[in-house]
Formats: sequence, structure tokens, C-alpha cells
Amino acid sequence: MRAVISVVGRDSVGILAKVANACSACNANIVDVTQSVLQDMFVMVMLVDISDISVEFNALTKTMTELGESIGMVIHVMHEDIFNSMHRI
Amino acid sequence: MLNIHDIMETITMIQEENLDIRTITMGVSLLDCADSDIKASCRKVYEKITRSAEHLVKTGEDIEKLYGIPIINKRISVTPIAMLAAASGGDPVEYAKTLERAARTVGVNFIGGYSALVHKGFSAGDRSLIESIPEALAVTDHICSSVNIGSTKAGINMDAVALMGRVIREAAEKTADRDCIGCAKLVVFCNAPEDNPFMAGAFHGVGEPDCVIHVGVSGPGVVRAALAKCPDVDLSEVANIIKRTAFKITRMGQLVGSEASKRLGVPFGIVDLSLAPTPAVGDSVAYILEEMGLEVCGTHGTTAALALLNDAVKKGGVMASSHVGGLSGAFIPVTEDAGMIDAARSGDLSIEKLEAMTAVCSVGLDMIVIPGDTTAETISAIIADEAAIGMVNFKTTAVRVIPAIGKGVGEELSFGGLLGSGPVMPLHNDRSSAKFIHRGGRIPAPMQSLKN
Repeated sequence: MRAVISVVGRDSVGILAKVANACSACNANIVDVTQSVLQDMFVMVMLVDISDISVEFNALTKTMTELGESIGMVIHVMHEDIFNSMHRI
Repeated sequence: MLNIHDIMETITMIQEENLDIRTITMGVSLLDCADSDIKASCRKVYEKITRSAEHLVKTGEDIEKLYGIPIINKRISVTPIAMLAAASGGDPVEYAKTLERAARTVGVNFIGGYSALVHKGFSAGDRSLIESIPEALAVTDHICSSVNIGSTKAGINMDAVALMGRVIREAAEKTADRDCIGCAKLVVFCNAPEDNPFMAGAFHGVGEPDCVIHVGVSGPGVVRAALAKCPDVDLSEVANIIKRTAFKITRMGQLVGSEASKRLGVPFGIVDLSLAPTPAVGDSVAYILEEMGLEVCGTHGTTAALALLNDAVKKGGVMASSHVGGLSGAFIPVTEDAGMIDAARSGDLSIEKLEAMTAVCSVGLDMIVIPGDTTAETISAIIADEAAIGMVNFKTTAVRVIPAIGKGVGEELSFGGLLGSGPVMPLHNDRSSAKFIHRGGRIPAPMQSLKN
């Protein structure tokens, strides 16, 4: 099972490291990372394997939301199926 | 890896454009709860609903968190209660109270199905149920009621139409102290669908399985935002944009519905391809029509714009879902749509225009506040007009009007939450339809019904 972690906000030093650290703490394996600047906003998208995470999915979502608030970014964790079903036939 | 633009598009739709799953509705058959003793019947109803829907709300919330998409309502629809009342006799309000208790126990937002199907005539239980509707809606908070008074196959039961005019007035009077909210939970149908997940008209038809999951999607804000990005394209392209957007919205519904069905161990019924507005700014069907180029919803061109929207929503949605059903189309409930409320307040949107609009979109005269002194016969005549449009055009039409007891044009009612608020809209109250309504009988089924 994989989830998409999206991080949106103003670019600053160490965003990737902080999010990756939080993933590692929950034993979520990062499969892929891509980042870009869209309409002046820094956007990072991470695909993580959540099959063996050490916490409940809800707890992971909460951790990431709180991390986002603490570093001034908006972070969402969503199951990858929502994107697959919306954008792929 | 997924495309970063696609991912951001989905997130923007949910976070900024109010994309949500409007409802997961579990249909529960109560046919096996019928008993000649009303107490026993009510006991079985309570047990069956609380057993079948025990995990419905929790499952909905879990899916919401997993996919990050809000699921606004978790609801239940049941077999029309008139059928149980037919077997048990007694006061049907007992059933309403039982359903209310069940709704509170399982934590759903509404239970629909305090209903009777009388399009060709009344059978045992029907009349007593219909007469009990005002009381049932006054003593409960979570129960919705619907009555089917006509169909393309059967014609229009004008005795039932006359009765419903009186019932609507009485429901308003009984809840006059709460902004007449009883009428916001009562809808009169022609060609009622048996698998509708939306309130107030949801009930579980007799042809449905024992238990089933239906999903209703939403997303007027998403459609409007998509159109806003292309302000100068022609109408063929407008239709294409709406189709593409509707496809994406509906895929959400399909995903959530199949996941809910799997987790609850209940078959997946249908996705209702509807654009359901809410009073939230930016979640309005009227704004889509205005985005297409109308200065205000209700002006000339509104019906054509709505026809285009409604058709494109269906074309886009139908390929995204394995089974489509329910009402499927754009809703135009006045008090639930910020743009419609504004247009009604300014007088740009009239009930006549709304009636024309119902000929080309989903449902009918929905959530319209009418003057408190409107007679039962005038309400019946409004129902008859609307039912005639549905009957002749082989489509579902409905009437959910709220007589604002003690109020007149210029004043407003406010229901709160998704039901919204709205101004009293003027009618032709100085001209009577009473003689026509008092004739009673049935309007025969039209030629269109003879397809065999």
C-alpha cells in the first residue's frame, strides 16, 4: 500500500530532510520524490510505501499535518488510489 | 510516479474548490421486519437498522481519512414505511420515532423512507402514513419523508396531489416555531427513483437487494473553477471541460463507494452523478451558469446553460462509474445554493423560471420558500405542474416547497447547515387553482408510456 505525501509552501532549507525524518520515524519507506515550483509555490511530492508503518495511518497523517504547521508548510498524506482513480483510466 | 500537476489538481479540488463526497447512503430493506403487531414490527426495524449500519459511520470516517476526501453525510434509506404500516396498522408515527432512535444510535445524519408510493392509488397503510407525515416530521429531527404521486407509466394521482398540498401546509404549521423545517424534510415525487442516495427523497425500493451502498458525489465548485480557467472558449469546449471534470469527480465516488462496499461487506449499488450545491460560497450551481456568461442565474439563457451543464455532467460521469443511478443531474435547491439565494433575493430568479429549469435538469422545485398564506390547493397545483413535466418527459421531478407560516414576500427562513436559508418567493396567490384540484381523480398516463 502506498501513500502520496504532498508538501506545499514557501521554499526553505531542510524541508526534504524534515519530512524524510518523519517518514523514517514511522517506518514509511520513501519510494520516489519529485519537486517543482508551481505558481511561486514550492511543491514536493513523495511516494511512500506504508505497508509496514509502525503507527496507524491516521497517526501518520496527524504527524505530517503537525510537522507542516511547525515549518509553515501544508502537508497532506493521501492514499495513492485517489490519484490513480482520478487521473488514470 | 504520478504526475505532480495531477496530484496538485486533486488536492486543490478538495482543499479549495469544495470537492467532496456528499453522501454514502446505505439502503436497508425492512420487508422482513413487517409484523401484524406494530410494537414487534418497530422492534425488528430498530434491530435490523442498528445491526446493518453499525459500522457505517466509522467506515465512512476511516475512508475519509485514508483518501483525504471529505464525506459529508452518512445516511440510511429504508423500505417505504407505508408497506410496514400496511401490515401492522396502528399509528405510523411509532415507526418515525423508532427510526429516529435508530438514527441516533448509529450516528447517521438522516434516515429516509418515511414514504408512500401512491402514483396509481392508495393501498392499505398509504393514507394513514401520509396523514401522519406532519406529526412524524415535527417529533423527529433525522427522518425524511417522500411521497410518489405520479409516474410516466401510471399518470398522476390527483387525489394524492390534493392530499399532499394539505400535508405540506400542516407540516409547516406544526414546525412554524422552527422556521417550518418539517417541509424541508418532505418531498413529493413523480417518477421517484428507488436507489436515490440524496435526501429528502431517499428510500429503498422493493427491487433493491437486502442491503446496498449508494454514493452521491458533489463538486459544483470544481466545475466552476475549471470553467473559470477558460473564460473565452466556445460552448462545445465548455461542454468538454465539464465532461472531463465530471469524470474526475465521479471517479472519486466510484472509488469511495467500492471501498465502503468492500469494508462493510455490502454490495455496491450506484453512483449518483449529481452536482449538489451547498450554501458555502464557491459551491454553487448558479455560479457555474454565471461563469458560462449569464449575468445572473434566472435571466434569459439560464435554461439552455443548465441543459448543457446537466447533459455534460452525465456524459462525463457515466464512463467513470460501473453503475449509475439515483437522480443523476445538477440540483437546483434554492436555499442550498449561494448563487440561487442571491438571485431569488434580487428577484432575478422566479418560480416560473425554476419550473422551466426543472424540465432540463435533475429533480425539481427544490427548497423554495413560499408565502405563509399560500393555500393547500395552490401548493397542490404547483405539485401537479411539476409532476406533469416529469410524467411527460420520462424523468424524475419533485416538489419541496416550504410555506413560511406567518411570513410574506421580502422575509426569509433559515434552516441552518446544508439546508441553508432563503427569501420567500412570490406566487400567483391571488389566482385560485382550487376547482381544478378539487376535481380529484387521475391524470391518465401519456402516450409516451406506451412503449411496448
